[in-house]
Amino acid sequence: MKLKLHVNGAKHTVEVAPMKRLLDTLREDLALTGTKEGCGEGECGACTVLIDGAAVNACLVPTCQVEGAEVRTVEGLASDGRLHRLQRAFLDNGAAQCGICTPGMMMAALALPKKSSLEQIRAGLAGNLCRCTGYMKIYDAVAQFLAGEKR
Amino acid sequence: MMRLPRFQYFAPRTLKDAAGLLSHWGPEASLVAGGTDLWPNMKRRQFTPTRVIGLRGVPELHAITGSPSTGMTVGAMISLTALERHDGVAAMWPALAHAARLISTPPLRNMGTLGGNLCLDTRCNYWNQTLEWRKSIDFCLKKAGSICWVATSSPRCWAVSSSDTAPVLCAIGAEVTLLSTEGERRIPVTQLFRDDGIEYLNKRSNEILTAVHLPPNGGEWRASYRKLRRRGSFDFPVLGVAAAARLDRGVVVEARIVLTGVGSRPHEATEAAEALVGKRLDDPAAVATAVERAARLAKPLDNTDFALGWRKEMSRHHVAAAIADLAAAG
Ligand SMILES: Cc1cc2nc3c(=O)[nH]c(=O)nc-3n(C[C@H](O)[C@H](O)[C@H](O)COP(=O)(O)OP(=O)(O)OC[C@H]3O[C@@H](n4cnc5c(N)ncnc54)[C@H](O)[C@@H]3O)c2cc1C
Ligand code: SF4
Ligand code: FES
Ligand code: FES
Repeated sequence: MKLKLHVNGAKHTVEVAPMKRLLDTLREDLALTGTKEGCGEGECGACTVLIDGAAVNACLVPTCQVEGAEVRTVEGLASDGRLHRLQRAFLDNGAAQCGICTPGMMMAALALPKKSSLEQIRAGLAGNLCRCTGYMKIYDAVAQFLAGEKR
Repeated sequence: MMRLPRFQYFAPRTLKDAAGLLSHWGPEASLVAGGTDLWPNMKRRQFTPTRVIGLRGVPELHAITGSPSTGMTVGAMISLTALERHDGVAAMWPALAHAARLISTPPLRNMGTLGGNLCLDTRCNYWNQTLEWRKSIDFCLKKAGSICWVATSSPRCWAVSSSDTAPVLCAIGAEVTLLSTEGERRIPVTQLFRDDGIEYLNKRSNEILTAVHLPPNGGEWRASYRKLRRRGSFDFPVLGVAAAARLDRGVVVEARIVLTGVGSRPHEATEAAEALVGKRLDDPAAVATAVERAARLAKPLDNTDFALGWRKEMSRHHVAAAIADLAAAG
């Protein structure tokens, strides 16, 4: 089935089974492999993307459900070869180690309200597991980004 | 990698079409709301419907209407995030918003709905596993097998009711509307559930849950919810205790205590709640009696997280805490 998708501001037409997971359509049909698969069942958050601004697990979204919606993935962050402030904050704070959770963490962080407290950041990222960092550096990076600090 | 099996997907635009499709395809079809329960279950081949009817495109199911003085009606497709953030709901029944906030994770709450939460499949350590896993120990009663691995001499399935909103909705006396091509009926949420791990809903297979009706509350009722789980996120309730009480000048006139995670349906601890009636919420003897009686009702089996004895002991503490929350809410 031909589906029209809006991803990171660009229009795409893909020929996929309507029930193909958005995660697979992004990775296999649009070559956007930044979005990762951890568990495939909503248990880890590695596949988090934004749909119309809300963070969702792309492993649980059939592609046909996002026709007409605005999808944002980690590839939509950097522009013209320049890192997004959120990516810069992750780099500055050493918030990525193996990197598997990082794209999902960043997309979940983007959905947080500006000026979130540490408590709100922790609650907002509670759907994203990280097996490497111990979370503190991730919270630091997100706090730096949300506070609008530049380095 | 866990892919979905093949099936035909329908996206009706009206309730009438959705009901028509559901009655046409019968047990071959499954409804899907947010999919946060159904898709993982289908990936593990716990369910393999050949038709799936998506309710996302039905506008009637996406509204919250009413007020604290008249009561509110919440459409079945309202997401848990929208429920948790709705000012009217939070003002009238804060315990419901609280329970919604304790469910799963932020991205899952953006997708998961209230209707789906009430119809959530029952859970069991021997059931929420992949097809290969279940096959390797031989299937159980819940599907395709002839034995219950939790209670091997049991003729029934003991899979556990695990919805966080269900106990709260039972405790506050909410109702639901069920609709099919044959008509509509409205029943108390307490009557929606059956004490059976397999047929856990009193919902005919051709019925759609369209709305949840919250009773009015001008401040005479207080409600609370306590949840036990391993992590502060992701995990289903291993035990949930909802309590509600109507007070008149500090004295309890009516009370309900409902336990979840300890049986195949939310269990109402009627005798426990009765111990509170006519008493103040901080009356130590009344609270102790209520706690004893409610804890007696908690007969968990070894099919969820944590050691059995500890879970049973924790039911005491959680009932006491839920009642203390009521007392503090004043
Ligand atoms: C990692 C993880 C953690 C979770 N943790 C929790 C938790 O802590 N607490 C909790 O309560 N839940 C939890 N859940 C389960 C689930 O996310 C929620 O219960 C959610 O509210 C289900 O809603 P849904 O819209 O996604 O349901 P769906 O998956 O769409 O549907 C669930 C079931 O209900 C039926 N159904 C849905 N809508 C209707 C309707 N309107 N009428 C009739 N039948 C309907 C479907 O046919 C299906 O059988 C968790 C899930 C995951 C993956
Ligand atoms: S309680 Fe028994 S029959 Fe039911 S899912 Fe668990 S093992 Fe299977
Ligand atoms: S891959 Fe989607 S939540 Fe783990
Ligand atoms: S950096 Fe490895 S999982 Fe988070």
